[in-house]
Amino acid sequence: MPKRYRDIVGDGGSNILAQVEERQARLRTRMASVRKKVAVTSGKGGVGKSVLTANLAAILAAEGWRVGVLDADLNGPSIAQFLGVRGQRLRLSSDGVHPAEGSLGIRVMSMDLFLRDDRAPLTWEAPSPQGSFVWRESMEASALREFLTDTAWGELDLLLLDLPPGAPRLPALADLLPDLDGGLVVTIPSEVSRLVVARAVELARTHGVELFGLVENMAGYLCPTCGSTGDLFGGEGSAAEALGLQPLGRIPFDPRIASCADRGSPYAVEHPDTEASQALRELAGRLRARLSPEGGAR
Amino acid sequence: MKFLCVGCDEPMGVRSVEGPDLGSVSVTFGCPVCGHQVSLLTNPAETQLVRSLGVKIGGGSPGGPLETVRTALGEQREGALDVKDEAGLVWTAAAEGRLQRLPPIARPMARMAIARYARERGLTTVTPELMDEYRSRGGF
Ligand SMILES: Nc1ncnc2c1ncn2[C@@H]1O[C@H](COP(=O)(O)OP(=O)(O)OP(=O)(O)O)[C@@H](O)[C@H]1O
Ligand SMILES: [Mg+2]
Ligand SMILES: [Zn+2]
Repeated sequence: MPKRYRDIVGDGGSNILAQVEERQARLRTRMASVRKKVAVTSGKGGVGKSVLTANLAAILAAEGWRVGVLDADLNGPSIAQFLGVRGQRLRLSSDGVHPAEGSLGIRVMSMDLFLRDDRAPLTWEAPSPQGSFVWRESMEASALREFLTDTAWGELDLLLLDLPPGAPRLPALADLLPDLDGGLVVTIPSEVSRLVVARAVELARTHGVELFGLVENMAGYLCPTCGSTGDLFGGEGSAAEALGLQPLGRIPFDPRIASCADRGSPYAVEHPDTEASQALRELAGRLRARLSPEGGAR
Repeated sequence: MKFLCVGCDEPMGVRSVEGPDLGSVSVTFGCPVCGHQVSLLTNPAETQLVRSLGVKIGGGSPGGPLETVRTALGEQREGALDVKDEAGLVWTAAAEGRLQRLPPIARPMARMAIARYARERGLTTVTPELMDEYRSRGGF
């Protein structure tokens, strides 16, 4: 009987396994100087993942943490806008690609920095036009891996990853980045969001991804004129409890959160005295306590 | 994927890798005992599958940081990631990407020739347009 696959040692020189291992090793080396890696996620779109990521980054950076943000939403990147680094040119050195730098020294990597203009969608060159969509997903995974590995992040206390909507995104990221510390789940107090988020939470659990807790965004409307808070969506009861997650905070709706984000200025820093900023700081505090239980700045 | 020389019952080894050329890679394997050779010719989908894994058949020099992003992005912002060579000449990310699509052995020569062409014209930046111009004048 001729030799079978497993009888042959090595890979006959295609060197693919060795390259995959080498690539994993480079990712590990890069991530070794990043103390904590946390994904901001939700099954649902438009619930405020990106704006919360930007504000969390700003609050922790203002407290002296060295923070990086990776915009893992390659098709709908918004972090560069929210952290005011759009249009920055990146520098290449022997250590890799240096991330854009936002206020408070926040280091940012985003596909937005590479796309031709405001209207350019993310497309990949493919040898055949049909291939373009077929391979989209694997090209995106490849690009995400490169952003993690080839960005000269430097020493970071925290790398926040802003995920695109969709339940499989967090498990997929955990495959790519095995030492991801966990995910922060974002929802809004609407029935449909809870339903979609519940499925995403379940999927993450079956994949063994650690979930730090739940943030309820747009929970109540803060009237900018009279300062009173009203309900935006209705629907009562603790969403966190229903999902079996730690409640991490309820962030009220405040139109200035959106207008600051659009100007690239983190709201929590620009309006520190509002109810929503207070809630954002409490959220950051709970995350910090979770990441550094021993206390201290880091 | 491994290749076995059936006559000798010996695993074959990679002898050479060429491409990608029009989306196809040719990988030649040879038997260390009898010298028999076979070539594996990939179709564009297979080439792209391997590429999307972030690896190259047969190994070879890594293409530098953000290789996929620099070389495979459809519409790329000019100047997002410009590379300056030793002589201070700037290769735009698109030009660099174009260069990376040449077979590895052809790159150093092409780079030198285009750099010379640019300097002779007093230019400080290499763009894909300049590369086209160079080629239309009989370069490469
Ligand atoms: N608490 C809030 N108060 C006011 N506006 C908010 C609040 N949270 C988010 N927004 C606004 O809602 C919009 C959607 O937020 P954001 O882009 O952060 O959501 P997302 O979950 O990241 O969306 P996507 O799923 O598309 O990535 C933005 O314009 C943002 O500024
Ligand atoms: Mg977003
Ligand atoms: Zn043989």
